[in-house]
Amino acid sequence: MDTISNEASNLNNNLSRMANVPEAYRYFTLDQLKGALKKMYLIRRFEEEAEDSYQRGLTYGTMHLSIGQEASAVGICMPLSNADYITSTHRGHGHCIAKGAEPGKMFAEFFGKETGYCRGRGGSMHIADVTTGNLGANGIVGGGIPIAVGAALSIKHQKKNAVAVCFFGDGANNEGSFHESLNMASIWKLPVVFVCENNQYGMSTSIERSTSVKNIADRAVSYSMPGITVDGNSFSDVASASVEAVARAKSGEGPTLIECLTYRTRGHSRSDRNRYRTKEEIDAWAARDPIPRFEGELLNFGILNETMIAEVREAAEREIQSALEFAKSSPDPDPLQVANFVYSS
Amino acid sequence: MTDSAIREISFSQAIYEAMALAMEADERVILMGEDIGVYGGAFQVTGDLVHRFGPERVIDTPISELGGAGVAVGAALTGMRPIFEFQFSDFATLAMEQIVNQAAKMRYMLGGEVSVPVIMRLPCGSGSGAAAQHSQSLEAWFAHVPGLKVIEPTTPYDAKGMLLAALEQNDPVLIFEHKLLYKMKGHVPEGHYTVPIGPSETRRQGKDVTIVATAIMVARALEAAVILEGENIDVEVIDLRTLRPMDTESIIASVKRTSRLLCVYEGVKTLGIGAEISAAIVESDAFGFLDAPVIRLGGQECPIPYSPGLERASVPQVDDIVRCARDLVRRKI
Repeated sequence: MDTISNEASNLNNNLSRMANVPEAYRYFTLDQLKGALKKMYLIRRFEEEAEDSYQRGLTYGTMHLSIGQEASAVGICMPLSNADYITSTHRGHGHCIAKGAEPGKMFAEFFGKETGYCRGRGGSMHIADVTTGNLGANGIVGGGIPIAVGAALSIKHQKKNAVAVCFFGDGANNEGSFHESLNMASIWKLPVVFVCENNQYGMSTSIERSTSVKNIADRAVSYSMPGITVDGNSFSDVASASVEAVARAKSGEGPTLIECLTYRTRGHSRSDRNRYRTKEEIDAWAARDPIPRFEGELLNFGILNETMIAEVREAAEREIQSALEFAKSSPDPDPLQVANFVYSS
Repeated sequence: MTDSAIREISFSQAIYEAMALAMEADERVILMGEDIGVYGGAFQVTGDLVHRFGPERVIDTPISELGGAGVAVGAALTGMRPIFEFQFSDFATLAMEQIVNQAAKMRYMLGGEVSVPVIMRLPCGSGSGAAAQHSQSLEAWFAHVPGLKVIEPTTPYDAKGMLLAALEQNDPVLIFEHKLLYKMKGHVPEGHYTVPIGPSETRRQGKDVTIVATAIMVARALEAAVILEGENIDVEVIDLRTLRPMDTESIIASVKRTSRLLCVYEGVKTLGIGAEISAAIVESDAFGFLDAPVIRLGGQECPIPYSPGLERASVPQVDDIVRCARDLVRRKI
């Protein structure tokens, strides 16, 4: 971080003199930090509204909520631009918003509308926004991992100054595609950042029961790349790890595996009856909710005051309400067009 | 006639030439696969391309079919034109996820916002004593998937022209290459040309029986046609060439003329290519023209065995085609 912190840090000279201020707050500008907070609010409110629509029977299919995991999505995307790619997962709403997607088009996709990101063909599990470098959520656990490596191969061939960031969950760390992909990214020194959001359960099976290593980041040793485990509910810890890994990737040093320890406070999907975890466990993690923690740090370090935080929260709420309005008033796709978009020619 | 006009090269050299031309013309074209570099590919198709274009563009992958195919899909999604070689088409079973769930569906799932111009080359078929896990003809599996284009050239001319046509597509194209065809020689022009994906090719015109064949079965059907000619049975042979999208129109037109249909393919008979072709006839106005029931001549309902006699018995041979064609002209509805 020291080598790159001077290129963007213009937040507050006083901060750099406070020894206990996390690096991320010195590295990013005030506007960037406000933007990060707004994205965390947008993600939370998007998913709360999504959940509410389900409970009222207004939407169709299934969905996977990342409530409680917002810091990892937003923190990782902090050093990224539209030139950088991400691949995402079935639990991908957060990544999508963190990378810059419009909640209106996301809600529209969620409601199966023609104005959605995928024109209603994909739904919650396939939302993508290629204009922001988001190559899409993915319904197959581990499906996006080699695709991110392929995107990194393109970056290298096209000599672009960019990275591919690959989000996946703890469940994917036992898929063959994970191991094959980390190996290839390492032997070819590709600009990839592998981000494992370890939310402790692959559906109902805990990492203790499914995974032979204590930390998923330990897998990195086998593929000769740095592996780092961070508090995934701490925005600043995640953002710092991402800045470092992105710099490493862009300088040609190859991939990094970041493990963000986090928790989904909601169930796996609609079918989840929560038989595999205790209320105490859920409550303990809810007490570490990343959003109040981020707000608290912004206040404590004198970066934002209560009024400014309230303004950001209200701006996010206005955006969510107009996004919902846009989606609800959008047309359904035409059934006669059902077989469009299968082929380009 | 110039030398070029009569030049004959092998099926594998034709594929090599198409890849070399494409790589010279377009920096985005890269090759990926197992042992395609200095080894030259298991069937020596990539040959010396690594020396001509370097290891950055002729990429030896680890033995990681799923991951390798996925990397090719990701590269195609982000502006490259990868040609991915499976060492044997059987090994594509390890990569089904990336082919079927990702490459085939991505454009549709994302509402037409992306394209995946990946080419996969898959050496297939029996006849080399490689037994059950290196000899399958699984092309019908893949042809069942909307979003994929599946082609199966049978001549050196088509092998080059269809690969160059595939490179002009923005969709995933799977090329099944029958291993027994690699050494077959034929006329191939130098330079760039394309053979369109989709239309079938009538290799021989006839009035008594329509044989629709794929891969090595086209050559066997043409051999059978010569024998049948001696028996005054005049056979039309259609080389299907593309499984998806299938050129049913030409088959229907042919059956309306001959009133008899024999489908010959190496994949397992049941639920295979022949079923689709037969259904296309039954669903069309050619149905009323049929003078005999349709015959499907496909692979036996067993894995490909090792012992030479068993291996021959497991897939259609020239004699089998002759016998079925005779049956067809004798039988009446």
